[in-house]
Amino acid sequence: MRPQRLLLLIIFLTVLSFFIDLPKNYPLKLTLGQFKIDQVISAPDFNFALGSFKISKEIYTHLGLDLQGGTHLILEADMKEIKDQDRNQALDSARSVIERRVNFYGLTEPVVQSAKVGESFRIIVELPGIKEKDRAIAEIGQTAKLEFREWISTQSADFSLNNTKETGITGKDLKRAAIEFDPNDGNPYVAIEFTDEGGKKFSDLTTRLVNQRMPIFLDEKIISDPTVQEPITGGKGRITGQFTTDEAKKLARQLNAGALPVPIKVLEERSVGATLGQESVQKSLRAGALGLGMVMVFMWLYYGSLGFLADVALMIYGLLSLAIFKIIPITLTLPGIAGFILSIGMAVDANILIFERMKEELRSGKQWQIAMELGFGRAWDSIRDANFTTLLTCFILFNPMGWGFLPSFGMVRGFALNLAVGVLLSLFTGIIVTRTLIRVFFKGSWKGFMSSQVQK
Amino acid sequence: MRYKWVYLLISSLVLVPGLFSLFKWGFKPSIDFVGGTLMEITNVQCQDAGVAAKVRQIFSENNVDLGTLQSSGEKTCLLRLKTITSEQNEKIIEVLKKEYPPIQQTRFETVGPILGQELLQKTFIAAILAILGILSYVAYAFKNLKFGVSAILALFHDVLVMVGIFSLLGHFWKVEIDTLFVTAVLTTMSFSVHDTIVVFDRIRETLRKNPGGDFETMTNKAVTETMGRSLNNSLTIVFMLLALLLLGGQTTKFFILALLVGTISGTYSSPFVATPILVLWQKWEERKRKLRG
Repeated sequence: MRPQRLLLLIIFLTVLSFFIDLPKNYPLKLTLGQFKIDQVISAPDFNFALGSFKISKEIYTHLGLDLQGGTHLILEADMKEIKDQDRNQALDSARSVIERRVNFYGLTEPVVQSAKVGESFRIIVELPGIKEKDRAIAEIGQTAKLEFREWISTQSADFSLNNTKETGITGKDLKRAAIEFDPNDGNPYVAIEFTDEGGKKFSDLTTRLVNQRMPIFLDEKIISDPTVQEPITGGKGRITGQFTTDEAKKLARQLNAGALPVPIKVLEERSVGATLGQESVQKSLRAGALGLGMVMVFMWLYYGSLGFLADVALMIYGLLSLAIFKIIPITLTLPGIAGFILSIGMAVDANILIFERMKEELRSGKQWQIAMELGFGRAWDSIRDANFTTLLTCFILFNPMGWGFLPSFGMVRGFALNLAVGVLLSLFTGIIVTRTLIRVFFKGSWKGFMSSQVQK
Repeated sequence: MRYKWVYLLISSLVLVPGLFSLFKWGFKPSIDFVGGTLMEITNVQCQDAGVAAKVRQIFSENNVDLGTLQSSGEKTCLLRLKTITSEQNEKIIEVLKKEYPPIQQTRFETVGPILGQELLQKTFIAAILAILGILSYVAYAFKNLKFGVSAILALFHDVLVMVGIFSLLGHFWKVEIDTLFVTAVLTTMSFSVHDTIVVFDRIRETLRKNPGGDFETMTNKAVTETMGRSLNNSLTIVFMLLALLLLGGQTTKFFILALLVGTISGTYSSPFVATPILVLWQKWEERKRKLRG
């Protein structure tokens, strides 16, 4: 693409993200000489319709528990049918299930803790201040009756519970269900894992039911009717079929809803404030702004007007990231903000690499134009390798396939997502944006740039 | 690379006490890992910053580690703290009542960890997988396993420096390891490899430009050439972190400190740990070849 066109694209993206970054209903009052501005500004919402395809999304910054608080839920586990010595264990696995549900729901950085008060076994869940709270609570606190059954008559057209009999395997025996993808064809399936005892029962059942159907009921409604292809003896199986990812996710969620070792109920729900004081947040933001200022001054002093252009690219980076945080959305917590500020430092790295490279090319007597293009070209190798490894780390920590042996923990995932967005955007602004800015605007002499070289 | 042994000495000056402390005293885990007590008190206005600060002060004066303090509704406050006995609890409520007479305790329960054993283990597995991934990628991109292994050894160096320093801080200044520390370690891991690759990339290029050149001389050249960039890059990050450390909020102080330690170690380890390992290994191989040939 020609630099002028790229520049237009960059300006467009910057302006767009500026509007997305605007706070909600922020009263703006400014007096500039005779001009008086007094109005409420607000970020636009997304509302588009393309034929039957509609997107409607309210955009707001998602703030974490530490910055804005959220909902505090107390769930109580009913231990009536659990032996005394097994109760702690049961509470612990119930906690894991709840945690999985919360993370499955996609809320980032919740708090899930087990708690005991006298004889009452509880699970405390704290969700960051979200708007879809009620739906989340409904799903998190849901206990459903999950049963693996068998058909009485396979000839009958009756697919209801009446035509089935018990197998003795219920949600208590299921440890977890998760969506996974077949490495060969990429199709989603639902992986199921049983408890030790459940695994034994399941092994007996599947041995008996080979080549027959084994319906699964949730709250007396059929959710899946897979055919048993072989005896499943290891306690781990998979339900395959022509699933779309959403269907597989839904099934996994339904199975998880029933995979609770004990019934639970929501005891109490209330809102809680931020764990960090407003003061602490403001202090950090101010410190971040100061640090950013220092970085920008440093770049300007050290690399002259090229450094200034890199600073402009850095500001674009800031605006774009904030907009993306809002759109995805990524829940912002104080450590997240610290990480973001740190990623600004890393974003400058690409520019430093390129500029140092350009200096070398200039020193070896190349023309300015050639040195500039070579600087970008040669620095790319190391930028690519360095960033690829970071993205690889993000991928594993984010665990997009939901592998059971990797964490699907809000905090770790939030971190990975944050870092990945930072890396990808810094590649864009550090290379494409800076290069375009230099190609279009840098007409001045490069003597100032050269005189800043480090003496050996 | 003449001063290999000096670099080794500098690294061990930091590493040895840290590792000693780690094995002898371990960590001081925060309630994020071990759980503790959840307490609720009512009739006190915690959304008021002054009141919150006073409550915090009362807890620390009574030697109780208070984790978080949240307001809930008008006059209720939720506190997360290290496990305390009921005597300790009674004592602290008494002190609180002196300061705010209408205060009442409405909840006192034992809570489990936020980041439990299972999650910690899985995060660890993920980190190991990431390391293996990085190792294979670097070995592939540089067509040489030595580069991959040296980069990973430098990464271990940086993680051990962080872990060691925080073990010492924990023993002498009661600094706790929390979930934020885990994030800081993960960040450092990425940063460390990121930085090392830039240095290695230059070594690869220098070697390619001067076929037949002496490996050690070429690495020296590459390290000198990338020094400006390495320092400038770290300086920008250190500026940011120092500003946050000195002027930022109290709660994130040790998180920022962990990142600062990681950044400095990560920058240091690229030319002074990863590269010497690479050079020593290469020389050792050459010597072996000579002996054989």
